[in-house]
This record gives sequence, C-alpha cells and structure tokens, in this order.
Amino acid sequence: MRSLIVKIGLLFMLPVPVWAHTIIVAPGTKVATLKQAVTLAKNGDTIRVEKGTYISLNTIVDKELTILGQNQPVLDARFQEEVLTITSGHVKLDGFIIKNSKTGSMRDFAGIRLSNVEFVTISNNILVNNFFGIYLSNCKHIQVLHNHITGSNNIENSGNGIHLWKCKEILLNGNYVTRHRDGIYFEFAKKCLIENNFSEKNIRYGLHFMFSDDDTYRHNTFKNNGSGVSVMYTRRIAMLDNTFIENWGSSIYGVLLKEITDARIEGNHFIRNTTGIYMENSDRITVTHNDFISNGWAMRVLASCNKDHFTQNNYKGNSFDVTTNGTLKEIYFNDNYWDKYEGYDLNKDGTGDIPYRPISLYAQIIEQNPQSVMLMRSFIVNLIDKVERAIPSITPESVKDEKPRMKPWKK
Amino acid sequence: MLKIAKYIILDIVRSKVLLAYTLLLLAISLTIFLSDADVTKGLVSITTVILIIVPLVSIVYATTYYFNAAEFTEMLVSQPISRRNILLGKFIGISSSILLAFFIGVCIPVCLFAFSATGITLMISGCLLTLSFISLAFLTSTITRDKAKGIGLALMLWFYFSIIFDGLVLMFLTLFADYPLEKAMIVLTALNPIDLARILILLQLDISALMGYTGALYQEFFGSGIGIVFSLLMQMIWIIVPLFFALKIFKKKDL
Repeated sequence: MRSLIVKIGLLFMLPVPVWAHTIIVAPGTKVATLKQAVTLAKNGDTIRVEKGTYISLNTIVDKELTILGQNQPVLDARFQEEVLTITSGHVKLDGFIIKNSKTGSMRDFAGIRLSNVEFVTISNNILVNNFFGIYLSNCKHIQVLHNHITGSNNIENSGNGIHLWKCKEILLNGNYVTRHRDGIYFEFAKKCLIENNFSEKNIRYGLHFMFSDDDTYRHNTFKNNGSGVSVMYTRRIAMLDNTFIENWGSSIYGVLLKEITDARIEGNHFIRNTTGIYMENSDRITVTHNDFISNGWAMRVLASCNKDHFTQNNYKGNSFDVTTNGTLKEIYFNDNYWDKYEGYDLNKDGTGDIPYRPISLYAQIIEQNPQSVMLMRSFIVNLIDKVERAIPSITPESVKDEKPRMKPWKK
Repeated sequence: MLKIAKYIILDIVRSKVLLAYTLLLLAISLTIFLSDADVTKGLVSITTVILIIVPLVSIVYATTYYFNAAEFTEMLVSQPISRRNILLGKFIGISSSILLAFFIGVCIPVCLFAFSATGITLMISGCLLTLSFISLAFLTSTITRDKAKGIGLALMLWFYFSIIFDGLVLMFLTLFADYPLEKAMIVLTALNPIDLARILILLQLDISALMGYTGALYQEFFGSGIGIVFSLLMQMIWIIVPLFFALKIFKKKDL
C-alpha cells in the first residue's frame, strides 16, 4: 500500500511542459560539461550527456531536470570533491558512471548526494570507488533503482554504499552494493520500501539501520558481509523473503536484532551463517515461515527478549538450534520443523506427540562454561545428546515446542 | 626386521577381518559422500565415525593378532634375531596392514570427493591415530600374558580415551570454571590422541568461528606453525612412547 502511494506520487512527479528543451552535452562541443548544461537549462528541460569522460567537481543540480546519460558517460571527481549534488526536487538521473569521490574524515563525500529534496529518481547508474555511494539526507519520495555500487574496500577510508539520514518514503529497488563499509545504511529513515537489493562483501554490515520505523525489506540478499546484518532501536519493521547467506566468522550474525519491537520476520532464508538470528532486548517479534539451514547457531535469543513467537519455521542441519544466556520467559515456539526431533506421531496428524526442546543440554553447558566447546563432536557430546533424547527431563531449559512438525514446511 | 614384517603383512592381508574392516570404512566413506552433496558436512560426519572406529579396531585387532601369533613369536625368539627387531618387525607388519585398510577405506574416497586441506588433515590424523593405538596395543599385549586380560585392557584403554577422558575434562572444566583454563585445555588436549586429532580436523573445518574465544585461542595456537609442529610432535609421542615401553618390557619378558 505504502509503495503504491509512492508510485502514484511519482506519476505526478515529472510534469513535462510543452516548452521543454533538450540540451546535449558532448566532449569538444560548446556545452562540454554537465555544469554548463545545468547553468543553461531551465526547469523541466532534459539534458542528454553523450558518451565520454567528464570531470565533475561537485556539479550542483539545482533545477528540475531530467539528466540522461547516453551509453554511460563517466563523471569523475578525481578524488578532489563530491561528484554530484542534487538540491532540487523532480530530478531524474539515469545511466551514468560516477566515480572517484574524495575521501575524508571531516565530511562525508559522496558519489551522488541528495539534500532536502523530494521526488527524485536515481536509476541505472554505476558508482565506482566513491567514499559514500548515494547519500540521501532529509529527503522524501525518492526512488533509487537498479544502481550498481562498488566501494574501495579500504577499511580506514570507506563510507556506506547507500546512506539514508532522516528520510521518509524512499524506494530502493534492485541495487547491488559491494566493498563499502555498510552496504545499505539507514538512520531515522521511516516508511521506506527496500526490495530486490543485493548486498555482499561489505566491510561491516550488509544492511544496517537504526531508529528507522515502519520500513519493509523484501526479497533482498545479504551475502558474506563482514558482520552480517545489524538492525537496532527500531519499531514495526517487516523483513520478508530475504536471504541471509554465508555471513560466517566469529561474532558475525545473519541478523542481529537489538531493541527491535513489533517486527515481522517472515519467509527468510538463513543459510550457512555463524548465527542466523541474534536477538537482544527484542520484544513482540513474530518469526514465521523462515528456513534456518546449516548455521552454527540457528538462533541465539537472550534472556532480555519478551513475548516473541517462533512458528512454522524449518530448522535443518544447524549445529545448535537455539541457545540463550539465562532463563527465557514468554518466548513461544510452535509448529516448527526440527531435523533433530526424534519423536513419534501416532495419530498421523503431522505433528509430533511429544514436545521438542530446542535448547540442548550441551548448549547449556557451553553457555556456563565456554571452554567445553572444545569437546564439540566428541563421543561424549554425542552421548549427552542421545541421553537427552531418551530422558528429556534432564534438559534444563523449559522452552519447548509443543507441536513439532514431522515433515519440513514447504514453500 | 623387514622380513618379519613381510610375513606378518602377508598373513594379515589374507585374513578376512582386515578385509571386513576395509570394506566397512569404504562403505561408510562412500555412503556419506554419495548421500550428502555438501562435502564439508561429509567430512564432519566421517570425522565423527573415524574417531570412534579407527582407534577401536586398531587397538583390538593389533592386540588379538599379537596374542594369536604368540607361538610364532616364540619360534622367532629361538632364532638368532634380537628381540628389538622381532617387536619392531611385528609393529611395522601390523601397522602397515591396518594403515593399508585405512588408506583404501578412507584416503581414496577422501581424495576422490574432498581433496582439500581439511581432507589432508583428516587423512594424516587418521593415520597417526591408527599408529598410536597400535602402539598402545603393543603396550597392553606385552604387559600381560593372558589374552583375555590383554584384550580387556585394550578395550579399557579405548573406552578411556574416547569417553572417560572427555568426561573427566568436562568435570574438570566445571569444577575449575572460575579460573582461566584456555592454556590448561591445550595441555589436556595433548594428553589424548583422539582429542588431538578431532581438534585438528575441526579447526580445519572453519568451525572455530562457532567456538568463540576458546576457539579463537585454539585456532591461534593450532593454526600457527608452532601449533602444527606441536600437535604432530604430540601425536608422534603417542606412537613412540608406548612402543618404547613395550620394547623395554618385551626385552626382559619371560616368554
């Protein structure tokens, strides 16, 4: 619904007046830079930039223009300035290669900066080697579509791929971000829709957001990022059908949730992460229809979480299904499929007749005594697991799935 | 010495037990690799199985064979051959035939399906584990004269190293939980050849990420050159020391 409003809004976004001109920028002609073209243009004009390489030291777009790159012209800041700043609404920027913004610790230099604007579309650009890729500050109704953003992979001097600060109703669709600090970073960005993006091999987080309420994340893939995905201090988010894959290493998480409330996490795939979901101080979260496959820990739920529901998920091939650091209260597991479940189903209704306890005795031992992790996969640990299944009452934690599924859920 | 080894190898290779052991290992490796598309997971499963079966078969088979060939030993002793050569010949004979079984049963499938650093670690650790348990078998066989007692002792040793030892470690960790035990754990690991093999393989499997601080410490130690040398050295000690004592006993033993 929200996206619909944004899309309808965009229909009215570029009123093309009949008297609009088209200005052509090409190397060696009268109008040889984008800056000149912007100075010549009036609101509503179209600027067409022909193939070539242009030096662009913070070209400021302060008019309502449609700027189209033909055959991907290059805008290069040669590490001296920002490349492009858009300060006017109703701008469309399409089809450029934007590269080499300045780096620095005092200012956040960006490839494309949008500042205090509405109804802008940034599409089909390739951003290479910028400090920050696309930087949106205090914007509304922006579309960022199908951009390919590659950072410098420099640990000390690297900004975020797509950076949003104090924004509202932004659509990010089909972008690819790699080698930046955070792939996609949100701070105070509300009511945004993030879909079909691919974020991999970023230095820190694939996706990182704070204080960004009411956002929806759909069909994104976060793969092999330095610290996985981290989401903090946010209310009412929905994470649907995303894939979190191969975020592997010590203290790296598929998703780290910290002080998240009223979130919906549905239909996601967590594959080969050290920790699938890590939850801290997170309340009223529903986790349904997700697949947890071959993770170290499928989920780590700290005792500070409350009223969370885990239903109809598949847990397959994880070293540990669930661990915690204390006593879990008001955490509900129901109707999940656990590959380690060895119960029976006499009445053939598809759910096991005895409950499954996802927190194993050995997981508890490790919790109290981290060194005992060195006994992992030894005979005695296998023995403990078997004994535990034979005598479930020795499992110390009361968390249990009363109706474990006998067969995995199918999508 | 080598002549004795040759006789023993020829004798063992013809026996059905070794063939059965080879086929068992081969069946396990092939089933795991063929049924699981993920090679790493296959290696983990094979590790778990190998760490139980290889020591058990090595120690029990070597002990049984030693006692069954007691008359052959007596005959050899009456010949002008030094006792040292007799025992070492036997050791080389038995160990090379069991290693052959391990080679066919595990090394070949691993080379075919999962030839990697982990696979190589698995193969080397498996070989060293076989050798150290045969060496322990020689110790138990020379200590007692009675076959039943010898085999019983061998089984006890296996039981100790694969279960009781880890149980004791777990107890030790719980009792002294308030102390920093990381270094002590490395020492404890070195006291058990099975643990040593298991941890070497696990660290190769990139599973150390799961192990938090302790895992990182282990990775730093066992992943470094010194650590690898240390663990190989410890494995060698587990082969040489029992054999050395067996030799000492055998030299003075009244057959």
